[in-house]
Amino acid sequence: MSVLAPSRPPVESRPRTARRGVVAVVALLVLLLLVSLASLMWGVRDVSASDVLDALLSPVTGDNDHAVVRTERVPRTLIGLVGGAALGVAGALMQGVTRNPIADPGLLGLNSGASLAVIVAIAGFHVTSVDGYVWFAFLGAAIAAVVVYGAASMGWEGVTPVKLALVGAAVTATTTSLITVVLLTDRNTLREFRFWQVGSLANRSADSLTSVLPFVVVGLLLALAAGRVLNALALGDDVARGLGQDVTRGRLLVVLAVVLLCGSAVSLVGPIAFVGLVVPHVARALVGPDYRWIVVLSVLIGPLLLLAADVVGRLVVAGELEAGLVVAVIGAPVLLGLVRGSRSVAA
Amino acid sequence: MSAVLAAHAVAGEGLRSTRLRRRTRRSLVTLGLLLAAVALCVAALMLGDYPLTAREVVRALLGLDDGPAQIVVFDFRLPRVALGVLVGVAFGLAGALFQSVLRNPLASPDVIGVSQGASAGAVGALLLGGVTGFWVSVAAFAGGAAVGLLLYAVAWRGGMTGHRFVLSGIGVAYVCTSVVGYLLTRSEVQEAQAALLWMTGSVAQADWAMVTILAVLVAVLLPPVLLVARGLDLLLLGDEQAAGLGLRPEVTRGLVIALGVALACAATAAAGPVAFVALIAAPVARRLLGDGSLALVQSALVGVVLVTGADLVAQHVLPSLLPVEFSVPVGVVTGAIGGPYLIWLMAAGRTRTS
Repeated sequence: MSVLAPSRPPVESRPRTARRGVVAVVALLVLLLLVSLASLMWGVRDVSASDVLDALLSPVTGDNDHAVVRTERVPRTLIGLVGGAALGVAGALMQGVTRNPIADPGLLGLNSGASLAVIVAIAGFHVTSVDGYVWFAFLGAAIAAVVVYGAASMGWEGVTPVKLALVGAAVTATTTSLITVVLLTDRNTLREFRFWQVGSLANRSADSLTSVLPFVVVGLLLALAAGRVLNALALGDDVARGLGQDVTRGRLLVVLAVVLLCGSAVSLVGPIAFVGLVVPHVARALVGPDYRWIVVLSVLIGPLLLLAADVVGRLVVAGELEAGLVVAVIGAPVLLGLVRGSRSVAA
Repeated sequence: MSAVLAAHAVAGEGLRSTRLRRRTRRSLVTLGLLLAAVALCVAALMLGDYPLTAREVVRALLGLDDGPAQIVVFDFRLPRVALGVLVGVAFGLAGALFQSVLRNPLASPDVIGVSQGASAGAVGALLLGGVTGFWVSVAAFAGGAAVGLLLYAVAWRGGMTGHRFVLSGIGVAYVCTSVVGYLLTRSEVQEAQAALLWMTGSVAQADWAMVTILAVLVAVLLPPVLLVARGLDLLLLGDEQAAGLGLRPEVTRGLVIALGVALACAATAAAGPVAFVALIAAPVARRLLGDGSLALVQSALVGVVLVTGADLVAQHVLPSLLPVEFSVPVGVVTGAIGGPYLIWLMAAGRTRTS
C-alpha cells in the first residue's frame, strides 16, 4: 500500500490528518499567543497586559514599564520564539533523516562543535559577552556538521542513517574530550562557559537575533519543503529510491536545513538539545507520522516549550532559573506521558 | 540427477567454507583482543616513576619477588589496572546489551539516563554534601539505580519495549543533566571543576576495596548475562519468531535491560561515566567480526583495551604535554582516541552497518 501511494502516511487517511493538523495549528497558535503575552508581562517586575499593549502600540518615553517591555522583554520573547522554532524543527528533521526517535538536533556534532568554538572564544579571544559568542558558535557548529557528513559519506555504502548517527556521536565524543581538557585546566574559562552551556534566553540582545535570523528563515523554508522527502526516507532508502526520490540529494538538503536551524539556535540560546528531541514526539502524537505536518507543528511547539520554560524559570525562584534547565523539567514528563500512552512498539 | 547432487555438494562446500572462515576470523579477533588487553595491562604495570621490566612484573604477579617490585605492582599499579579492566568489561557489555536489545546504535548508559543519574547523585554529594571518596561512589550508584528503577516504573507494562525504554530514559537523562547544570552553575568554580573531573571518568582513585566490590558485582552479573545471550540472539530475529521459539520477548528484554543497567551503575559508581566506552565497544567489536553476531565477549574485550589503553596515555603521555596539576582522567582520552577510531572504521569499513 505504501508503495502504491508514496506520499501518503501509512497509518491515517489524508483528510483526517489534515483536519487534526488544522485543529492542532489553531490551538497551538492560541497557546503561543498566551505564552508570548505572559513572557512580556511577567518577570522581576510584573507589567499588566494593558501596559504591555500600550508599550507595544503607543510607547511613552520615560515610562519604566514600557522601557522594560520594549528593550528587554520583546527581544527576549522574540529570541525564544525564533530559537524554539529552529530547535523544534531541526529535531524533527534530524529524527526523520536518521530514522531514529532518539536523535536530537545536536547529533551531527553541532552542539559540541559550537561548544568548542565558544571555548575558543572565551579562552583564546577573551570574549565574555553572550552576543560575542554567536558567530563563533555558528561557525563551530557548521564545521562539525561538515566533518560529520564528510566522514559519514566515505566508505562504499555512502551516507546511511546509522553511520550518520555513529559518526556524529564519535565527533561529539572527540570534541567533548578537548572541551573537558580545557575546562579542567583553565578555571576562568569554566567560570564563563558553564553558564553558556546550560542554555538561556537572558542577556541576549536583539542584534544577535537579527544576525542569525536570515539563516533561520532559509532553514525553515527548506524544512517546510522537505516533508515529502522525509516521508519517502521513512520507508527506507531502497523504497525511497524506488519511488524516484534522489536519496542522497534529499538527505543533504535536510542536513543543510538542520545545520542552519540548529546552528542558529545554539548560537542564540545555547545547546538546548532537548527541545529538538521532545517537540517532534509531541507533534507526532498530535498529527501522526506525516512529516509535512510534523514540521509545521514543530514550528509552533518548539517556541511554546522554550518560552514556557523561560517564563516558569523567571517566576519559580528569585534571580531566575535558566530556560535550558527548566525545559527538561517541563519536557520530560510530557515525553514520559506520551511514551507510556503510545501503542507503538517500533523503536 | 547427478548434476543436481553435484550442485548441492558444491553449495554445501561453499557454506561449510564460509562458516569455517567466520569461525577462524572470530577466533583470531578474540585472541587478538585478548593479547592486546594483556599486553596493555603488563605495560601499565611496567611504566611509572619506578620502571619495571616485563619479567619483574610477571615475577611480582606470581609472588616470586618480595622486593620493591612486589609493593610497586600490588600496592600502586595493580588496583588501577584492575579497575580499568573491570570498568572496561562492564561498560563494554552494558553498551552491547543496550544496543542489541533496544535495536538502537545510539543506546548506551549515557543515553539511557543511568550515567546522568549517577552524575547527579555524585555531583550532588560532592557539591551539596561535601563528601569525598567512597561516599561519592555510593551516591553515584544510588543515583544510577534510582533512574533505572524509575524507568521500570514508567516503561514496564507487562514487559518492556525498546521504544518505551529508550525514550523514557532520554527524558530522565535530560532532567538529571539539568540538575547537574544547576549545581555546576551555582557552586564555586573550584568545586565545579572537581565535579567535572568526576563526571569525566577516572580510574586514578582506585584502591583494593573499590576493586573488590566492583569485581564481586561484575562476577555476579556475568553468568546471567551469558545465560540471556542466547535469548538475545533469538530476539534479534524479531519478537514473533522469538515467541514462536518459546521465548517471552518482553520479559527477556526487561531482564537484559536490568542487567545492562546494573553493570553500568556499578562501573559508573567506581570510575564515573567514562565517556564513549559503552557506546563504541559493540560497534567496533561487530565491525571486527563482520558476521552480524551479538559479539558480547568481543565487546567486553574492546572495552578493556579501550580503557586500559586510554589510561596508559592519560597517565604517561598527556602529563608531559599538558600543564596539569592533577592526574589526567581516563575519560578525556577514551573520547579522544575512540572517536577518531570509530570514524575511521566507519569511513574505511567494508562491512554493513546494520
